[in-house]
Amino acid sequence: MTALLKVQGLTKAYPGVVANDDVSFEIAEGEVHALLGENGAGKSTLVKMIYGLVTPDAGHMTLRGAPYAPAEPRAARAAGVAMVFQHFSLFDALSVAENIALGMENPPPLRQLAQQIRSVSETYGLPLAPDRLVGDLSAGERQRVEILRCLLQDPRLLIMDEPTSVLTPQEVQILFATLRKLAAEGTAILYISHKLEEIRTLCDRATILRRGRVVDSCNPREKTAAELAEMMVGTRLATPQRTDRPAGDVVLQVTSLDRPSPNPFGTSLRNISFSLRAGEVLGIGGVAGNGQDELLAALSGEAPARSDAVLLKGQPIGALGPSQRRRIAVLAAPEERLGHAAAPDMSLTENALLTAAIREGLAARGFLKWPAARAFAERVIETFDVRTPGPGNAARSLSGGNLQKFVIGREVLQRPEVLVVNQPTWGVDASAAAAIRQALLDLTAEGTAVIVISQDLDELMEISDRFAALNEGRLSPPRPTAGLTLEEIGLMMGGAHDMEVADVDR
Amino acid sequence: MIRLEKRPAPSRAWGVAAPLLAVTLTMAAGAGLFALLGTDPLAAIRTIFWDPLFNEQFASYSRPQLLVKAGPLILIAIGLSLGFRAGVWNIGAEGQYIMGAVAGAGVALAFYPLEAWFIFPLMVIAGGLGGWAWAMIPAILKTRFRTNEILVSLLLVYVAEQVLASMSLGLMRNPEGGGFPGSRNLQQYPAAANPERIAGTGMHWGVVTALIAVIATYVLLHRHMLGFQIRLAGQSPRAARFAGVDPNRLVVICLGTSGALAGLAGLFEVAGPAGQVSIDFNVGYGFTAIIVAFLGRLHPVGILLAGLLMALTYIGGELAQFMLGLPAAAIQAFQGMLLFFLLGVDVLSNFRIRLGRREVA
Repeated sequence: MTALLKVQGLTKAYPGVVANDDVSFEIAEGEVHALLGENGAGKSTLVKMIYGLVTPDAGHMTLRGAPYAPAEPRAARAAGVAMVFQHFSLFDALSVAENIALGMENPPPLRQLAQQIRSVSETYGLPLAPDRLVGDLSAGERQRVEILRCLLQDPRLLIMDEPTSVLTPQEVQILFATLRKLAAEGTAILYISHKLEEIRTLCDRATILRRGRVVDSCNPREKTAAELAEMMVGTRLATPQRTDRPAGDVVLQVTSLDRPSPNPFGTSLRNISFSLRAGEVLGIGGVAGNGQDELLAALSGEAPARSDAVLLKGQPIGALGPSQRRRIAVLAAPEERLGHAAAPDMSLTENALLTAAIREGLAARGFLKWPAARAFAERVIETFDVRTPGPGNAARSLSGGNLQKFVIGREVLQRPEVLVVNQPTWGVDASAAAAIRQALLDLTAEGTAVIVISQDLDELMEISDRFAALNEGRLSPPRPTAGLTLEEIGLMMGGAHDMEVADVDR
Repeated sequence: MIRLEKRPAPSRAWGVAAPLLAVTLTMAAGAGLFALLGTDPLAAIRTIFWDPLFNEQFASYSRPQLLVKAGPLILIAIGLSLGFRAGVWNIGAEGQYIMGAVAGAGVALAFYPLEAWFIFPLMVIAGGLGGWAWAMIPAILKTRFRTNEILVSLLLVYVAEQVLASMSLGLMRNPEGGGFPGSRNLQQYPAAANPERIAGTGMHWGVVTALIAVIATYVLLHRHMLGFQIRLAGQSPRAARFAGVDPNRLVVICLGTSGALAGLAGLFEVAGPAGQVSIDFNVGYGFTAIIVAFLGRLHPVGILLAGLLMALTYIGGELAQFMLGLPAAAIQAFQGMLLFFLLGVDVLSNFRIRLGRREVA
């Protein structure tokens, strides 16, 4: 096969960081090529340069033998390069066809476009009605709109940035079938992900980036996931260790918890019931936006509910606010680090005060004990290896991963009885993620009951004893993690969200 | 090419330097404005900033005026700054100032002509309560019905002005005033008067209260949980809710405190420098205090300095009007420029300016 896109010596530097340093690789026609790397390894910058969003400082590219230097995405699209972004840019109030027309240079009349959408979506097994409102679509269906928008341009190279983070396993299967069919027709696919198993099933080649440099390339089918992870991180990763111990008594009992969403775009919690034992990790999966934030708010006390909907060791706590729940050692760490778990412009000392004032005794009769708060912040920084010059630095000056370690560490060090975390390792590099998971498991060894809400199924399988899934505000009955198949998990997450799995003729 | 680059953390140095730079820029632009009006710019700036304090001819009159004018400004601005930090926008301090004055003066007039030690303390309490009650209207409407406190508090200023007019024409009119509007002069009623405490300084109880408020607010904001919650709620409302802060409680506390302090300012004014309830009793302290609060960075010490500076431009401005014949509008524009430049320069504490192309690191 001939090289479709050749990238040679691409370099891009931002103040203080070299995002890409002399990056070279090739993509052949009809190849599914993975770009593999941790957060911050330079994957996004690289594809932004290929798509014309960022101009490289040095290096050059050739597309089908001709020099290729797109000044803007429009030039890239004209040359046959299309991209599906991780975050969708769709208008909820417009129909599928209208949204697609908005992204085109010269849209045909809507009726003709609808016809095209139907035929392309049938060809590639992406069922989608052109006249439906985007606001009514699931995340997986929205992604199809983005993909169709690209396919209508008949691209030679399709770039996909973390496409499966919003999909159930069933939806992932549909997507993969489509991508394989595209590749069989000669379209090259540049697939960005850090999900190793997906890359092993889908991709023909992988280029591995670490700190902006190409460190290796391989055929991912010939490697194990652990080998790929090592290539990505550069060191051997310690898998979290857990000591098996019999589950303790029931600590937290949630019974038919209902909570209507306060705003029309939120998700209402419906009839959520589960129980949690001391020393146990309950993993809660589900596609983003199915009630994760709302469930955390109901458990942290930010959104109090019926008093007897939540029982702690038999005592009703459902109506208590966050401070009262902290007093009885029910702690939480929300997903959004800046602005929810931490105040961006406040120092780490002040952010330590934010949740630890009660349990760590950082205030006496309302007056703050600054030295004690600083000491606690320093303890979090030291115990969790938070990289920062000191506790006086503003939260927003920390990198995402470091702030995440601080936010989790702040709760872990307060000796919780129940700890609820949402997306504890989102955007955190692999070694820090392993450290956070280990810290959560260590807590359970001391009898803490932990709820981990996450969209990372691998993470949930690794650390949880039981698994449940959120789907449209409902929680499936928890099941022991051991022995659960991906198929079963997918069904718990809502399958393909009522979409028929389309036939893809091969 | 000039670009703005967000700083990783707000610059402390610029936080202090920005107001000073803004004052300097205001002087420069003001000098230009005065020159265009045909006045010697240096003389105008000197008349505004120097003569009120150090000119032999005027200083003896205008120096005490500095504290008389700065006192209410600081007292009101301190209260407003608490709300502004928490994201609770009380724009109606002028109305709370009026209602404090009316309530306090009402107590005094009710006891007239009794001479008793408890009258003045009772007036102080009534003044604070009057302002507090007036501020509770937007607070309750906001917490119960989600109304906008900016609109409600602002519109209540005009209601308060009508109450003031009605009082000076009706219920509180001086029966021995020959039919003229306005109440008895409290300065001539020793049990209710708020005179100068130290001759020649302008220091009255209102100024003392303002200084106490500065210190108390400093301690509250930097040493107390409530102050921490106020700062947290303003910076990051969602994090505040996560920390267990009840937003409704903060609305009530912040509006209540700023209303009570504005009411106190009104009471000290009506019992002291103004002397009586009259139709034109309020002169805009409640609105100017908004500028003072921001000029002082919502910081108690900053507000103290900003209040003095703002009072100086008032006194100096009046002086420039009758000494140099500058129009009143030019002085107001000059004061407005101060806020304009402050907000403009403010950008520098969160952003840095980069010249030229973005360099390769």
